[in-house]
Amino acid sequence: MKRSPANMALRWSGRILVAAILLFVLLPGIVVAITAFNDRAILAFPPQAWSLRWFWRAFSYSDFGRGFWNGLTVTLWASSIALVVGAAFAIAIHRYNFVLKSLLEGILLSPLIIPHYTIGLGVLILASQAGAGRGFPLVILTHVLLVLPFVMRSTFISLENLDGRLELAASSLGARPGRILLTVTIPLLLPGLLSGWLFAAILSFNEFTATLFVSSQATQTLPVAMYNYVREFADPTLAALSVIYIAVTALLLSLANAFLGLGKILNVDAH
Amino acid sequence: MIKRPFLGWFVSPAGLVALGLTAAMAAVFQFSLRVYIPGSLDVGGFTLQNFAAMLRPLYALAFWNTILLCFETAASTLILAYPLAYALVRTRSSAVRSFILIAAVTPLFLGEVVRTYSWMIVLGNNGFLNTLLVKLGFVERPVQMMFTAGGVIAALVHVTMPIMVIMLAAGLSHIDRNCEKAAESLGAGPIRVFLTITLPLSMPGIVAGFSTAFAWTFSAFATPQLIGGGRVSTVSTLIYQLGFSSFNFPFAASLSIIGLALSLAVIALLKQATRPLERLASAT
Repeated sequence: MKRSPANMALRWSGRILVAAILLFVLLPGIVVAITAFNDRAILAFPPQAWSLRWFWRAFSYSDFGRGFWNGLTVTLWASSIALVVGAAFAIAIHRYNFVLKSLLEGILLSPLIIPHYTIGLGVLILASQAGAGRGFPLVILTHVLLVLPFVMRSTFISLENLDGRLELAASSLGARPGRILLTVTIPLLLPGLLSGWLFAAILSFNEFTATLFVSSQATQTLPVAMYNYVREFADPTLAALSVIYIAVTALLLSLANAFLGLGKILNVDAH
Repeated sequence: MIKRPFLGWFVSPAGLVALGLTAAMAAVFQFSLRVYIPGSLDVGGFTLQNFAAMLRPLYALAFWNTILLCFETAASTLILAYPLAYALVRTRSSAVRSFILIAAVTPLFLGEVVRTYSWMIVLGNNGFLNTLLVKLGFVERPVQMMFTAGGVIAALVHVTMPIMVIMLAAGLSHIDRNCEKAAESLGAGPIRVFLTITLPLSMPGIVAGFSTAFAWTFSAFATPQLIGGGRVSTVSTLIYQLGFSSFNFPFAASLSIIGLALSLAVIALLKQATRPLERLASAT
């Protein structure tokens, strides 16, 4: 591009615009981080004195601890089930033609556009009609429904990049389908499967709306516990918890970016 | 001969999940046609009463407000996300790329509650923005930002921003740069290249991003509930209120059905309206 003054001006105004938008994106995180170290018990800005006590309160508040472990249980089960079910289905869609293929695919992808509260309400009604309680299986089922599309998508992208000749080679050397699957296909898909699982796990751990409908006091996950906390208290405990949350998430994403290439997972790399 | 090893094993678990989802949706549909018995979780016989009640101004207004809110949010998100996505795809520095990617994508994984809470601190009467405005002397007393539609939109834009950036960037990254170079070599300036080549070619990403932002806003609950504080009522807050305050699940179910139908209709209309532009983009 020519380096005329007009072009340079355009370029710099573009940079300033992008920086301003990034500030909008980052602002709440920064404000929360500052608030978390505020010593006073009311949400006021800027803090007058500094302290770490809200972090201790976040760790010692029993609902958060329970919510964390509940959430972890739900997340591990839901994302692992979704991984197996979704990856297998993505392979089937990618390779085979079968009856009701597109219908099945449409149904399983529909949670991307169906509001979460509708799904939560549906599962809740279904459970109450079947006489089932609001236990962990119900929450796990709901989460599987919600994260399945993401696992399917991630597996699908990996399948597109998979060199089919490797499987043909294995087959021509006499390997049976089961052996090809275990020794060629799955190892080659592993990065995609892992990133799909991670994606699903993070989304499940943070899912709120549907969980609010299907969980009970005993099975409430961390986001639900946090929501209940905001409604009752107005101190910076939640800011401290949010800071931990943001730090852990950013760390996980940076790791995913370094090892797997976030751009590739999200399909935003230039071609 | 068609060999399909493990087809049954691959498909049947997914089939079971799909069955579960269908059953849940059928349950909502079925409940929407039932009579509500006050004070009981059981429901009565079949009726269309729930749908008729939705014509009452209170509920019709909630639907209208929700759709308006979704449009305003999706449009604002699009305007803010486009430059970011453009910078993400086009920057030559990999550090800038990684930074934008992490900054833009991290909020996606934070969940609605954390993000909404952080906006409560930003928008509150003693919050960040008001303190700043008062200190700088722009206003004398704090401006009411919590419990307003504007506050809800600001937070919702923040919520839908990451997915919009991802979808726009996916669209932008698939554009053949040679089209732009051709226009440039024919003498078009950068603004003209952008308006006549890049923008139309990124239309599929824009449509996908806008519809997703619309659908997400439609299903957002924590943000309108906490920042709206009961003064901004949307379909989602109404459904929760009906379900868990008055246990009127049949009416909550019928609201969900109409809400779902409306949001699908709007998305389908959007697709239809922008089809000529998409065809233009795929023709190149």
